[in-house]
Amino acid sequence: MLFETFTLLLDPVIILTVFIGVSAGLFVGAMPGLTATMALAVLLPFTFTLPPLHGLVALGAVYMGAIYGGSFAAILVNTPGTPSSIATAFEGYPMAKQGRALEAIGLATVSSAVGGLAGVFFLLILSPPLARLSLRFGPAEYFWVAILGLTLIASLSEGSVIKGMMGGALGILIGTMGVAPIGGETRFTFGLPVLQGGVAMIVALIGLFVIPELYTIAAKGKTALTAVNVDSRARSSLWQVTKKVFSMPGNLIRSCIIGEIIAIIPGAGGNIANLVAYNEAKRASKNPEKFGTGVEEGLVATESSNNVTVAGSMVPLLTLGIPGAPPDAVILGVMLLHGLRPGIELFTVNAHLTYGFILSMGFAAIAMVPVGLLGGRLIYKVIFRTPYYFLVPTIALATILGTYALRNSHTDVIIMLLLGTLGYIFKQFDVAPAPIVLGLILGSIAEMGYVQTVLGGQAYTYPFLRLFVNPLSHILIGMIVFSAAWPYLSTLIRRLKNRSRNNMEGRNE
Amino acid sequence: MKLVKRHIFVAVLAIIMFVPGITLAEFPDQPITYTIPFNPGGESDITARLQEPNLEKELGVAVNVTHKPGGGGAVAWSEFQRTAKPDGYNLIGCNIPHIIGQPLLRKDAGYKTDGFKVIMWFHFTPNALIVSKDSPFKTLDDFIAYAKKNPKAATVGGSGTYSANHLEALRLQKAAGVELTYIPHTGTGPLIPALMGGHLQALMSYSMVSVNYKDKFRTLAVASEERVPAMPDVPTFKELGYDIVGGAFRGVAAPIGTPQAIVDKLADAFTKVNKITALKQVDMGFVMTYATGDKAQELVEQMKVAYGDVLSDIKSKKK
Repeated sequence: MLFETFTLLLDPVIILTVFIGVSAGLFVGAMPGLTATMALAVLLPFTFTLPPLHGLVALGAVYMGAIYGGSFAAILVNTPGTPSSIATAFEGYPMAKQGRALEAIGLATVSSAVGGLAGVFFLLILSPPLARLSLRFGPAEYFWVAILGLTLIASLSEGSVIKGMMGGALGILIGTMGVAPIGGETRFTFGLPVLQGGVAMIVALIGLFVIPELYTIAAKGKTALTAVNVDSRARSSLWQVTKKVFSMPGNLIRSCIIGEIIAIIPGAGGNIANLVAYNEAKRASKNPEKFGTGVEEGLVATESSNNVTVAGSMVPLLTLGIPGAPPDAVILGVMLLHGLRPGIELFTVNAHLTYGFILSMGFAAIAMVPVGLLGGRLIYKVIFRTPYYFLVPTIALATILGTYALRNSHTDVIIMLLLGTLGYIFKQFDVAPAPIVLGLILGSIAEMGYVQTVLGGQAYTYPFLRLFVNPLSHILIGMIVFSAAWPYLSTLIRRLKNRSRNNMEGRNE
Repeated sequence: MKLVKRHIFVAVLAIIMFVPGITLAEFPDQPITYTIPFNPGGESDITARLQEPNLEKELGVAVNVTHKPGGGGAVAWSEFQRTAKPDGYNLIGCNIPHIIGQPLLRKDAGYKTDGFKVIMWFHFTPNALIVSKDSPFKTLDDFIAYAKKNPKAATVGGSGTYSANHLEALRLQKAAGVELTYIPHTGTGPLIPALMGGHLQALMSYSMVSVNYKDKFRTLAVASEERVPAMPDVPTFKELGYDIVGGAFRGVAAPIGTPQAIVDKLADAFTKVNKITALKQVDMGFVMTYATGDKAQELVEQMKVAYGDVLSDIKSKKK
């Protein structure tokens, strides 16, 4: 069955579609502000003219390419191209500063391909049980997932936890602007109708990450990138990079599993997966203090986990018709228009189409390697060779266009520039942008989970106790306690170890 | 960056081509901007994407679908009423009851219900009360009986607050004399796993959900005048003794002051296109409507009356 479908895909038109789709996706992903969801929406009318399989293949390839393309901007200009590569910038940019840009791009490429393939593997083998698991997440569980995510702040805030928490709180506060997700009240709009739309997460992401970086480059008067030295160029060959990626199997497997679990939770995708995978890589590392200075493990963790989510979010989509992430909503729309209803029928009556679509995402993952390595070198050269006085205005203009394109809104551009300037001031006080964005992403999820749980418990005497009823909630609460206590636990363990070592040494003497 | 530059070049070129003011005799002779006030992937977006190529064929100019989501549509609608030129080249998607409820209930919605020149309401997606296949509620009576015995215990999920779904749940409460617990969600998407996973007892959602998930869900009643073609077995609320007809009407509007001849021409084009998109949409649970001209305006007035009671209840409660 699978083999038959595989031969269907060897059609040159399909292979060409995959390559074009991945390249287009890569470009969209690398531009801050252009998102995978938008790319898919623009593509939608074209897919009506194509046979269903070709249309779905094109959408899958663009999606895969876009999530991966975000890493380019993250590595080269410290700007996550999409929210899925926030953590990529933490390690990729320091590497680029040390003259290891090509190596970082190579690592990101191979990790992304591995992640993409792992996602396809999970989708083919484990769909039914994973889909059942995804249904267990109700409002109470979403609340706890968001709280668990907020505990990441401790490790994302480089140094001062208090400053990180301040950033997180600010992010949550910014996230409350606009129409309340539940209740429909307008909040913090200051009487301006345009503020009903609130601050979109991507607008904040672009503002807080890109603009401070541009100010810094302009202030320094030179590009932060360093020329790639001969040594690093040798290490960036496909063979060397692949060897490097596979030399950390534990990290790869862990990151892929994290990506898959987060992907099947409807509403959470690569934007959360990359941060969690990064955090876990740091926690498992022998030298967590080196993270943030260009550590390969961190880069591999984020880029593999975010590409797992592409096929991973298709699990609830194909089995239950539930979009696991925003771009999937567009794919669902296309499927429904072609008369394909998600569910068991997809895997029986339309099996060729469904398996063809799934396998083509694997193709797309593989296609990322040649497309990415060539494209990566090209983009690196352009960015490196362009003098900073051309580079800064060009990126600034692209950023403004990207922000405007997001919702066709001038207000978004103004908010982006304001937040960016604020972000630059914060940077001087060592308040990192990541906790702010994390607060913005998770604040509304936590709010919705909490309010929906309490509303749903209206018939009980103490509605808020509904938060503590489900077994899955208990597991999540346990993880939160562990995650919050970890920094203290790890120092305690280290101290105990040292003491016992000292004791041993003492005895030996 | 080469690509970026080319991109910018194309953008500049597009801006030059879009500059209005060069009015020529025959409408249309320049691209039309069709704004969708919601996110890509929703019903409004998918409808516009289906219409786009057919409209281009019908009108002979490019039709550019753009998104301006935010505030449940209010961001785009307020900007449209403030700034859009009444020349027929600026169109926007409109929804009932959104444009009725928001200006009434929000302090600063920024637009008026009657501030649009509605060209056409092209379809209607009736609300439907939906439960899971394994739910003990087999009929609407079962559900109402349970809700009567257990006040507030029946949880009903829907998309948004003071939205079509919410207002319908409120009308059902009033008509049946029960107390339900309505739980708002952000959009129709998150409702599906919530019902499948047993986190809700029922949905007040749209007919498309009934059709798309008919293997997993059972629809107890639908809020249309007559039975919906895509699901002939599902009774209407009216048949079951509740005078509830409602849902979301989707349509397209121009700014007030757009010349009547242009509005008529657009209405004509949208009518023809609607017959083509009907081929796909009827099976998905949409009910096609062809309300243009005065009829379009009448529909707004009619729905204002239909929702009047619940809306004024909410308003008095808020104060």
